[in-house]
Amino acid sequence: MEAIAPDLLAPGPALIGGRERATGRIVFPLPADRERYEAVDLPREGRIWSWTVQRFRPKSPPYAGPDDFEPFAIAYVELPGACIVEARLTGFDLDSLKVGLPCRLVVEDFGGRASFAFAPLEDQP
Amino acid sequence: MSDVFLIGGGIHRFGRTEGRTGLQQGVVAARAALADAGVEWGDIQMAFGGSSAAGNADTMVAELGLTGLPFINVANGCATGGSALWAAAAAIRSGEADLALAVGFDKHPRGAFDPKPADWGLPDWYGELGLMLTTQFFALKIRRYMEQFGISQRTLGLVAEKAYANGALADHAWRREPIGLEAILEAPMVNDPLTKFMFCAPAEGAVALVLASARKARELGADAVALKAVAVKTRPPGSFEVFSPSLDPVRGPSPTVLASRAAFEAAGIGPEDIDVAQLQDTESGAEIMHMAENGFCADGEQEAWLAEGATRIGGRLPVNTDGGCLACGEPIGASGLRQVHENLAQLRGRAGARQVEGARTAYSHVYGAPGVSAVAILAR
Repeated sequence: MEAIAPDLLAPGPALIGGRERATGRIVFPLPADRERYEAVDLPREGRIWSWTVQRFRPKSPPYAGPDDFEPFAIAYVELPGACIVEARLTGFDLDSLKVGLPCRLVVEDFGGRASFAFAPLEDQP
Repeated sequence: MSDVFLIGGGIHRFGRTEGRTGLQQGVVAARAALADAGVEWGDIQMAFGGSSAAGNADTMVAELGLTGLPFINVANGCATGGSALWAAAAAIRSGEADLALAVGFDKHPRGAFDPKPADWGLPDWYGELGLMLTTQFFALKIRRYMEQFGISQRTLGLVAEKAYANGALADHAWRREPIGLEAILEAPMVNDPLTKFMFCAPAEGAVALVLASARKARELGADAVALKAVAVKTRPPGSFEVFSPSLDPVRGPSPTVLASRAAFEAAGIGPEDIDVAQLQDTESGAEIMHMAENGFCADGEQEAWLAEGATRIGGRLPVNTDGGCLACGEPIGASGLRQVHENLAQLRGRAGARQVEGARTAYSHVYGAPGVSAVAILAR
């Protein structure tokens, strides 16, 4: 699957962030200024820092999701030692969302292109 | 800075007005402000105005009169009105003008705002994935705040209930029917935890203000109110702003905190001295968070304040006495000036059924993307 954008996802998968060389500050996505920022893989697991549910279909353009709209969850996920990233959530029960829930990065098929989301982090069997 | 005065205000009703463009509404407001101030358009030496979606404010000269005056367009998102006020005040303080006009108007299409990622320096995928929505930002910000500081869903509802009760008392408001707390809480969710009645809606409206130097205000014998301070600030590091694909792990202050501190310092007073406040209420959560960001209470105290009715007209600190953005709607270019217009009415004793008894100092706060805040303090 082609990715929804270049320089977004690394194998693993992991999100590609930018580390400001002078300060160590980490941002997402990787900024274009590669002198100022170097590419870094972000941690793959984190906790929900805040969340909401998108209950109405965003206008198109720019929304490229299905016409047949289903509410979806969005969160800011705290990635330890890095930054707090905004992402869609997948696999969560919309009525059970809570700040603090652990989650992990997954690749999501978004209309035939590879995108990213965070899914519940289950206990390892 | 006590040498700038507000001597006139004009407002075109907010909401939806068929057959009148945003620009025409701006002209109506400008003419009303001039009449209120007792001056002619030809007396105005500088003008600053803005609109997000309804055209270039400076084209208004075609209607108001081709006097050759400098008319500068202002664009700072929802904070446009505050920036226009700041610019007009700066022109007078600097001695460039004795009389200036600040005007803001808008006429938005129905439905949510639909900004384009490229306009905000964001990649296309951010919009394609459905993240380019202001409603999400407000929901995400208030959810975090509720979790950290113990604000309940009921409190979100109480803010909206107050808004619609106050809107019913304001001729210029859009939503003029009170709505009960249960109906607000049980309405469909837009972006959890915010229901349909907890959000403002993009709409229409216009406001204009005439500013004068002290000398000019005296000469005109105007019903003047002093503009003690007006501060505009942009975001410092770590602030939590709309359209942010990532946030720093450590939170910094918002631009509101910066603008508020600067305004109080310039005015030489503190939050406890304010009698009435208009605080950005894009949605219920915004009003709550802004109560603390502007220094009126500590984080979490809003829960008790709302339960006690402290922010109702007649309470300890009336907030959003004309119903704010929730009841008036949100025409981006105008809202910042609507807040000041409401404060002007309060301090002149012209707020009718919304009058805060004995109001001598008034505070307005507006916030806009990508992290701009304008605060103005008026005194009589």
